[in-house]
Amino acid sequence: MSAPALNATMPARLSYPRDRPSAFARLTQNRMASFGLLLLSLIVVVVVAAPILPLAPPHVANVAQRLRPPLTPGHFLGTDQVGRDILSRLIWGTRLSLAVGVFAALIASLIGSAIGLLAAFRGGWIDTLLMRGIDMLMAFPYLLLALAIVAALGPGLVNAMIAITIVNVPFFARGVRGAALSIVRTDFMAAARLSGLSDARIVFWELLPNVMPGIVIGLSTTIGWMILETAGLSFLGLGAQPPQADLGGMLGEGRNLLQVAPHVATIPGLVILLLAIGINLIGDGLRDVLDPKLKSGGLARTHARTDAVSLEERSKGLPLPGAAARLPLAIRGLRTHFRIGRAIYAAVDGVDMAIAPGESVGIVGESGSGKTVTALSILGLVATPPGRIVGGEILHYGEELASATLSRLQEIRGRRIAYVFQDPQSTLNPLIRIGEQIAESIRRHQGKSAAEAMRLAVALLESVHIPDPEHKANAYPHELSGGQRQRVGIAIALANDPELIIADEPTTALDVTTQAQVLKLLNELRRERGAALLFISHDFGVIAAVCDRVHVMYGGRVVESGPVAEVLERPRHPYTQRLLACVPELGRRGRQVTPIPGLPPSTDALPPGCAFAPRCHRAAPRCSIGEITLDAVESDHYARCIRVNDA
Amino acid sequence: MTDIILRADAVVREFPRGRRLFGPRSPALRAVDGVSLAINRGQTIGIVGESGCGKSTLARMMVGLLEPSAGRLEIDGQSIPALARHDRRSLHRRVQMVFQDPLGSLNPRKTVREILAAPLRALHGMDRTACNKRVAELMDLVSLRADFADRYPHEFSGGQSQRIGIARALAAQAEVIVLDEPVSALDVSVQAQVLILLAELQTRLGLTYIFISHDLAVVETIAHEVAVMNHGQIVEQAPAERIFADPQHEYTRLLLASALRAAPRSSG
Repeated sequence: MSAPALNATMPARLSYPRDRPSAFARLTQNRMASFGLLLLSLIVVVVVAAPILPLAPPHVANVAQRLRPPLTPGHFLGTDQVGRDILSRLIWGTRLSLAVGVFAALIASLIGSAIGLLAAFRGGWIDTLLMRGIDMLMAFPYLLLALAIVAALGPGLVNAMIAITIVNVPFFARGVRGAALSIVRTDFMAAARLSGLSDARIVFWELLPNVMPGIVIGLSTTIGWMILETAGLSFLGLGAQPPQADLGGMLGEGRNLLQVAPHVATIPGLVILLLAIGINLIGDGLRDVLDPKLKSGGLARTHARTDAVSLEERSKGLPLPGAAARLPLAIRGLRTHFRIGRAIYAAVDGVDMAIAPGESVGIVGESGSGKTVTALSILGLVATPPGRIVGGEILHYGEELASATLSRLQEIRGRRIAYVFQDPQSTLNPLIRIGEQIAESIRRHQGKSAAEAMRLAVALLESVHIPDPEHKANAYPHELSGGQRQRVGIAIALANDPELIIADEPTTALDVTTQAQVLKLLNELRRERGAALLFISHDFGVIAAVCDRVHVMYGGRVVESGPVAEVLERPRHPYTQRLLACVPELGRRGRQVTPIPGLPPSTDALPPGCAFAPRCHRAAPRCSIGEITLDAVESDHYARCIRVNDA
Repeated sequence: MTDIILRADAVVREFPRGRRLFGPRSPALRAVDGVSLAINRGQTIGIVGESGCGKSTLARMMVGLLEPSAGRLEIDGQSIPALARHDRRSLHRRVQMVFQDPLGSLNPRKTVREILAAPLRALHGMDRTACNKRVAELMDLVSLRADFADRYPHEFSGGQSQRIGIARALAAQAEVIVLDEPVSALDVSVQAQVLILLAELQTRLGLTYIFISHDLAVVETIAHEVAVMNHGQIVEQAPAERIFADPQHEYTRLLLASALRAAPRSSG
């Protein structure tokens, strides 16, 4: 396949990120944030317009008019103890407080971010020096430090601002350093260095844009604090000096008159409250929009099991199960879809599969083929939302699992059907000793005493060939090697003698020599205990080593299935043939790998007819029309291809 | 007539291990422990080994991202660590790297054009027009449509991202490219596309590859010479056809015996 030909068949993958609404549009979709934005905009418009508004002069006293209540003609909000117009002082005071808060926050974030970036980027003694300095600043109570700084510099608004700024620098420095540290070690930073960029350019062009969202979130949430803190200092008489008006100062002046003229203190207090609410609502909204953890749906709660359409609707058109009802697992016409935004991804779209007692069945396919979703659907482990079982049945000895009650499902999980996952590091609890983790599963399902369960756990560790099992049962997961952890994963799966083990890429994270040992162990134990195995892998070599039969998946469907030897030696579906031609084979150096042009289709836009047709070297026009069925090509060998018998 | 472009001579790299609050300092970890290699111009040397064998540390030293603790490392007769300290740009005009994680090696906030233009400007001082022209050429070279240049990395698949990574290495016009597990994160069909692309580029541009992988079969298809690493040392080195047919070292034999083949098993 020549390079230009590849080019032509390679579409831009998915266009949805371009259509995604901008950060601002998403912010305004948040009702609370929009409210905050409206509130703050109103305040900002008024205070910015202060010089051109027909306001009474804020500093001119008129004792004859003192302490007028609100709604007095000429003084909408009344007057204070020396007869100054409160509305005017309020607007000018808010203007000052807001300016001080924003300015202090900007300076603090600038200095703090610079320190954080430098510490993270340089590391070593510079990092130590800077961060210990920051620690020292943080060691003092917050307000006390601000008071001390003002005391040293003397009262006044500028000094109060300096104090507030200094006190807030550690917050930014620590936050930015933390965010930057995780980025400094990424490959793209190394690549930037290899691209010949100078250190300054790397920091400002590569690093800074990636920590910017964090800085913006920090800024938006601190401005509110800053205004409160400045108000606090002014309230204590250390900030704005009379006759200058700022919100804290006004509050302080009104404090003594609370009994006689409550409005003098209440009105600035209310404005402080509104400002803080407005700014914090925007800050929260911004965090929801910019924080990548929340963006990917971190706030969406998933259900305890995968939702499913009613059995009646799912089994429409399916024949009676017959003999399939006596098998440990029979999947019939399974369809699991994901709804993300307006798109529907048909991750699994009509999968049939049956596993006999003691049999080892494989699913092989590339990423996005639907193999893992098939496996997770069996015990309702697909996250809902966005996943949902919309068609087909999952039978475990005739019992339909997608409509079983949650408590029944939990009884089956681990007891009758057990999983071994790809990454034992993330499936074992890092804080619990491994013996305890195995014993827990035994106690839960078999109601054994703690001592008995632990004894069984040690025996299991021995059966998965963990050396010195009694001692190792007291180890924590991080004290084991990757291979040993996966053995523990297998031990947990075997703990309750399940009838079926589902293993999803269990050796992909392991080294080849360890992989060989783990596969051998899995084979051995499965035979010994007579458990059936559903084994998922992208690797034909691994499948060949453990499976009796194999299903090849593409675009959410099984495109070929049959005995492993048959399928690997005489593949009938063009996809299987081409996929096998892509695999470099050891000891056959002369043989060139032949890539498949193009990319697998996205399951939200599967082509009609055969999903592989657009990439297939044998495709005919009729391949892209209508439903193509999985038909027998030999007694136990099936292929979903209408040209399978064409020359 | 052999023409050696990159040479390693007894290269060692140690990493200090954490010091306990009390008690003696624990001995440093020797990630690379006396590696000597000579790499011929225009050839591919495969370095195979399991995780933690030191192959990635060796790779990072070759491109000047890490400094060796001892030993000599030279490109075209010039010391790599010295170049990395005093003339980084000239080093990176000679040797580049392609990383394992295709997406992780591209800055998510830069367009493909910005990513590819960085080495063109910083290493070759090209102006904007020259950059744009060259970016289009590079995209073509790795079989990506030139109109993708203004997209962000997250809009690409793994295979496409890895092509961008390769294009960035080509942008520097380096003769030597260190490929650290460049296809391990890719699906087999995409892996095959990238392997073929790499082979084509080598013939066309006369590149020298240092191809690091844990996958023996992949290394066998692409490498002329293979070095097997274990515990920071090269335990065996031989031409590709010989090392797989007639392994000498015990560890090489173990690796070969552990490799699984798509050919069906003979018996249970």
